[in-house]
Amino acid sequence: MKAERILMAHGSGGLMSQQLIDEIFKAAWSNEYLESMLDGALLDLPAGRIAMSTDSFVITPIFFPGGDIGKLSICGTINDLVACGARPLYLSVAMIIEEGLPLADLRRIAASMAQTAALAGVKLVTGDTKVVEKGSADGIFINTTGIGLIPAGIDYRPQQIREGDHIIVTGTMGDHGLSILAQREGLRFSTPVSSDCAPLYAIGRKLAPYKADIRCMRDPTRGGLATVLNEIAVQSNLGIIVRDKDIPVSPVVRGACDMLGMDPLYMANEGKMVIFTAPEKSAAVLETLHSIAECQAAAIIGELRAQPAGLVLITTELGAERILATLEGEHVPRIC
Amino acid sequence: MNLNNDNKYVSSLLQDIQSESRDIALMEVCGTHTMAIAKSGIRNLMPGNLKLLSGPGCPVCVTAQGDIDAVIDLAERPGITLVTFGDMMRVPGNNSSLQEARSRGADVRVAYSPLDALAIARQNRRLEVVFLGIGFETTAPVVAVTVEQARREGLKNFSVFSLHKAVPPALEVIFADPAIKVDGLICPGHVSIVIGLKPYLSLAVKYHQPCVVTGFETRDILEGIVMLLQQIRKGEAQAQIQYKRVVKPEGNRVAQETIKRVFRPVGARWRGLGFIENSGLEFNREYEDWDARRKFDIPEYEDIPIKGCACGQVLRGRITPPACPLFGQPCTPLNPVGPCMVSHEGACAAYYRYRIT
Repeated sequence: MKAERILMAHGSGGLMSQQLIDEIFKAAWSNEYLESMLDGALLDLPAGRIAMSTDSFVITPIFFPGGDIGKLSICGTINDLVACGARPLYLSVAMIIEEGLPLADLRRIAASMAQTAALAGVKLVTGDTKVVEKGSADGIFINTTGIGLIPAGIDYRPQQIREGDHIIVTGTMGDHGLSILAQREGLRFSTPVSSDCAPLYAIGRKLAPYKADIRCMRDPTRGGLATVLNEIAVQSNLGIIVRDKDIPVSPVVRGACDMLGMDPLYMANEGKMVIFTAPEKSAAVLETLHSIAECQAAAIIGELRAQPAGLVLITTELGAERILATLEGEHVPRIC
Repeated sequence: MNLNNDNKYVSSLLQDIQSESRDIALMEVCGTHTMAIAKSGIRNLMPGNLKLLSGPGCPVCVTAQGDIDAVIDLAERPGITLVTFGDMMRVPGNNSSLQEARSRGADVRVAYSPLDALAIARQNRRLEVVFLGIGFETTAPVVAVTVEQARREGLKNFSVFSLHKAVPPALEVIFADPAIKVDGLICPGHVSIVIGLKPYLSLAVKYHQPCVVTGFETRDILEGIVMLLQQIRKGEAQAQIQYKRVVKPEGNRVAQETIKRVFRPVGARWRGLGFIENSGLEFNREYEDWDARRKFDIPEYEDIPIKGCACGQVLRGRITPPACPLFGQPCTPLNPVGPCMVSHEGACAAYYRYRIT
């Protein structure tokens, strides 16, 4: 391709569109489904329950420490499927690209998507590309939709959660949110913060033996851990109590959040899971998690109670209990 | 200090506070303290006779209603790019908010620093970029540096709408109000980094008020409260620093000088406290070209109070947020009627979020 940047003609459906697909997407993601060049992917699925999830990714900057919008778009949908108890199989990819995006950036994004998908054993089987005029998008927007197979015996839903169940987080909270904030605002910390963006397919596989003991899983993305806990408290109609001192937060994230007046429990994660498990098996689940590279800091952070139903309490370092509320509006730094 | 000793120390501070039997009201001036006190659960551990009142220390909350209406109107003028701290976006004016103005097409952008606004102006010479200067002595030096930089660069498409405020004159108004019973002041940590201890020395003497500049960690706040109680028990009124690792008695001279080079004190309107002499900051003559008020000929807007909203009373420490008839119904952080429910440093938002009754 001669052009260095995306032109409106790349979205015309003509020869340039074809070149773009061949030279960037098919080259990076090649598989039999894409090669067949049909209007959609024809998939042979084994019998059983299928989970389906979709997510759109709009992020500035599109490249950040620990990942990029491509990796994020694959991880996001894979992790949603894992949270449903599914083994992710196939993903579709739709891109809205702003005129002027350097082709080198697009190649980098496509390669990163291919690498992440291969790691997780999922195939990118169908896709779509649209180009919009400069100013009508912010570089690139990506939507991915995925399907995965739910093995027999798995039923992860908040309704399964019972009084006394334990709550596990699979690692430190707030890394992705702080990394993006720092990158966007040019904040520099003595230790650089990387996004935790990672596909959590291994959690699904390794925790398979505990499928009867795991009640529910959620990935604490936007709104962070506090938001997930509040959703679960309402949906299970139980009370949640977590211990502040047991929630893993890296020292640099904690320090930066203190400085900015923000709370890591409300910041986004892109490679973490919150797992609700039967109390008698929580130690075993935790030990298994510790064998996964991304879950070294996993910890049991609290439990479910009958009361106060629908609310989340947190025990502070003073031993006082207070409400951990849902975030209202945007989470912004203080000015005082 | 190892963790065990640290825990013992915190317990001993708590015991000291809980042993207090007199009726005492302490005021935390700063919004960040209000939030930290709620978040750490300190308020729940205070004995019933020891009240912690929130003061006028949330910059967004104390901005006069008329000024908020003026800002929203300015943002809606064609050709204006208004750059603001995020906390201002949802503050209700009489007819609208900046968030709503943006959805109608106004160019309103959120920044973390006035220098970001300067960069927007530098990169977009055809835009008229106005930075909304809100905050106390903590933000004023950064804004001053930004304006100095704009002047050096000869950047004419940048200006600042200065609604900056100084904390000590507002404290004086509160102390002089016979309807407010305060026995001691938890003084703001961040503001005092800049202003130092001097302003509190005269307040302590004039109004016989113990003042302790306090940090924001749980043990800082407990230690600050204990220092105040010790003074009250002895009948003393001194200005002291608990937050010694950061705050120096003389403050930050460089920051003080920077403010002085760019701004001069001027009377300003505060929500709840009214007009206070020398409590605002206006541009010195050589920086007038960067004064948005002058540049866009912004008139003084009348303060039309929001019906039923008791933010003014809350900011004076006359009532706690739940005593406002609108608290929780209909006024919530999602549908705020007044600014104290919007700002993350606002007393109403802290009380609501942490369900303090």
